[in-house]
Amino acid sequence: MEKIYIYKGFERFWHWTQASLILFLALTGFEVHGAFHVFGFEKAAAFHRTASWLLIGLIILAIFWHITTGEWRQYIPTTKQLKEQILYYLKGIFKGEPHPTEKTELSKLNPLQRIVYLGFKLILVPLTILSGILYMLYKTFDQNNLIVIEEYPLESIAFWHTLGAILLMVFLVVHVYMTTTGKTPTSNIKAMITGYEEFDEEHKEETVKNKNTKNQP
Amino acid sequence: MHYEQLLIMIVRKRDAMLRNLLFVILLIVFTLVLVNVLHQEDSYNLKLEELKHKYALKPVPSVNHNKLPALQVNFKSPQEVTEACLQCHTETHKEIMASSHWNWERASYVEGRGVSSAGKKNVMNNFCIGTNSNQQSCAKCHIGFGMTSTHYDFNNARNVDCMVCHDNSEEYLKGASMAGYPDRTVNLENVAQSVGSPRKSNCGSCHFFGGGGNNVKHGDLESAQLSCSREVDVHMGANGMNLECVACHTAENHKMLGKLYSVSTDNSDRATCEQCHTSTPHLSDVLNRHDSKVSCQACHIPQYAKVNSTKMSWKWSDAGKLRNGQPFEEEDSLGNHNYLSIKGSFVWERNVKPDYVWFNGTADQYLLGDSIQSVPVKMNTLNGDYHDRLSKIIPVKIHVGDQIYDKVYNRLVQPKLYGEAEGDSAFWKDFKWDEAVAAGMKESGLPYSGEYGFIETEMYWPVNHMVAPKSQSVGCAECHTRSNGRLAKLSGFYLPGRDSNETLDTLGFWMFILTLLSVFGHAMVRMLAKIYLNKYEKQVISYEEDKPEE
Repeated sequence: MEKIYIYKGFERFWHWTQASLILFLALTGFEVHGAFHVFGFEKAAAFHRTASWLLIGLIILAIFWHITTGEWRQYIPTTKQLKEQILYYLKGIFKGEPHPTEKTELSKLNPLQRIVYLGFKLILVPLTILSGILYMLYKTFDQNNLIVIEEYPLESIAFWHTLGAILLMVFLVVHVYMTTTGKTPTSNIKAMITGYEEFDEEHKEETVKNKNTKNQP
Repeated sequence: MHYEQLLIMIVRKRDAMLRNLLFVILLIVFTLVLVNVLHQEDSYNLKLEELKHKYALKPVPSVNHNKLPALQVNFKSPQEVTEACLQCHTETHKEIMASSHWNWERASYVEGRGVSSAGKKNVMNNFCIGTNSNQQSCAKCHIGFGMTSTHYDFNNARNVDCMVCHDNSEEYLKGASMAGYPDRTVNLENVAQSVGSPRKSNCGSCHFFGGGGNNVKHGDLESAQLSCSREVDVHMGANGMNLECVACHTAENHKMLGKLYSVSTDNSDRATCEQCHTSTPHLSDVLNRHDSKVSCQACHIPQYAKVNSTKMSWKWSDAGKLRNGQPFEEEDSLGNHNYLSIKGSFVWERNVKPDYVWFNGTADQYLLGDSIQSVPVKMNTLNGDYHDRLSKIIPVKIHVGDQIYDKVYNRLVQPKLYGEAEGDSAFWKDFKWDEAVAAGMKESGLPYSGEYGFIETEMYWPVNHMVAPKSQSVGCAECHTRSNGRLAKLSGFYLPGRDSNETLDTLGFWMFILTLLSVFGHAMVRMLAKIYLNKYEKQVISYEEDKPEE
């Protein structure tokens, strides 16, 4: 057994803060939507607004981090072994087969994750955030001559924002469940908390080998 | 020390640093969230404090009319008082005689009518119906003397009643059915010497009692406001700002700001909240932004008729019942009339939640002679809708009822209600609709077919007064709620918290449930497979029985 440092400090901070913000936004957001009563509309709306700015700030930080560290490359989609990965979740996992792809520091995401997370980052989150900003700034002409987003009906903005929120919740369920498909049901979550993930010796060798080959000029 | 060990130490130190950093960042975020969650809005609104300071100073008149020799006179008639006023205020009668308080009409452009004149002269209502042929009684609320018929001379300055608005002695009183003349008990000399800026009691002497009794018409204007708490009316409350009406309804050359859309039509010279409070009175930007579509009144007048009841319904069709040949009346437990033989049956309500409509400041009235377009007949129409940039949601009192109309000409008719004595064809004396209508229509100069019926009507009264203290204003969730919200009846726009896309909600809900189920199913199959594999392994490699599985 060997521990390998997979998730860096910022990455973990970002992940968990984003997770809690999204959960909090879902709680307050669906209350604003009228789905249930927890805080009351007024507080829910105010909290939702505050949390949304925090999330936007966090995401800007995360984008900066991804660019400066080059971590964005983790999300370059690939079709290589994508089929195997899907088949693993549909069949192999039940037979106790090993994962078809290896997790390494330089490649933490399997091909399926790459595609799903890329979609999450490029479509789902932007959809929700942009519609949210439009929703928040939605104003009509008044005596104060404030910014106007009038021609586009609020109904549509609300539609896209709700759609984004629902898809995020679906993502959340699947995402949380998928964390249990690691070496042990909690190994993935532990890794996201401590940064370290346990691997077999041979895996480490392979990783080191990979590292060496990649680091070669 | 080996080089490798040194490296590990450095890495560990860096790790510790990262942990600290992480801790600090999390702490900051936590504090930020906490501050936001626990933050209470600053209650010290500078704009409001400035206003309070400004209006705490009550104006002091520059002239004491008590000392003027021209008023040390034993006035024989109210006209003599007016003449005395005009000795100094030599041109003021011109201002008065250009006002709608005097003329009982105002010309303006109305969509569908062009430039038309509307006012108490020709507008009909679903209370006492109209003034024509009833001037002797209705003119109690005309700022003049001697209006007995439609042939009143509006050019006689001697008939201007200065005292009804400017009496500060609280002694002046217009007589009942005296065509606008003061009651015979009034000491005109006292009144003339007391004059000053109009007070609540001056304006209220008419505006509180419209429709024949206190708070009958408006619902938000009544005699209780002469001395009420700020819970009833923050502006007029005796323990509030104790403002006079004219503090907001300012006047220039006797042209008052403010109009009521039971008789007014155009969007001009309105008294607005914004004239003092600006259009950004809140500390919260979200609340200020509501101003583009929501009037101040909509949130700040949670209910009206807070002290005395107001009339919500008036059925003229019930009028005219007699007991032993005599008219009678019935009262409810609060002393409000349920039934009057001369007027019909009523419904009164207290602490009423307003209805809400879109309104852009223009309105149309049912004028005497108009044909009936729809039932219930709209006595006045407040124009506006969501897509109109000038429209805002305003609170209204909707007064419903039924009243007499001409079945052949298909229009509301003007009955003669008031009469000095029996046999004058007045309904309030003779209780004969046919004769009353014939006389009223004759006076109005319109034909009457002779066939009458009763038709449903409704009238919209914007609610502008009885502004509640901030703490009692309408809460967000009273409109932003799925069901039974205050704005439940308003449609054509998306109201967050009230509206949602049902298809999306349903699809989304089932998508979420299905995802949960599939995840659960997947987990179950995994567990079963694992148990099965375990068994299989146990059978084959039984010597590893005690070893934990991977």
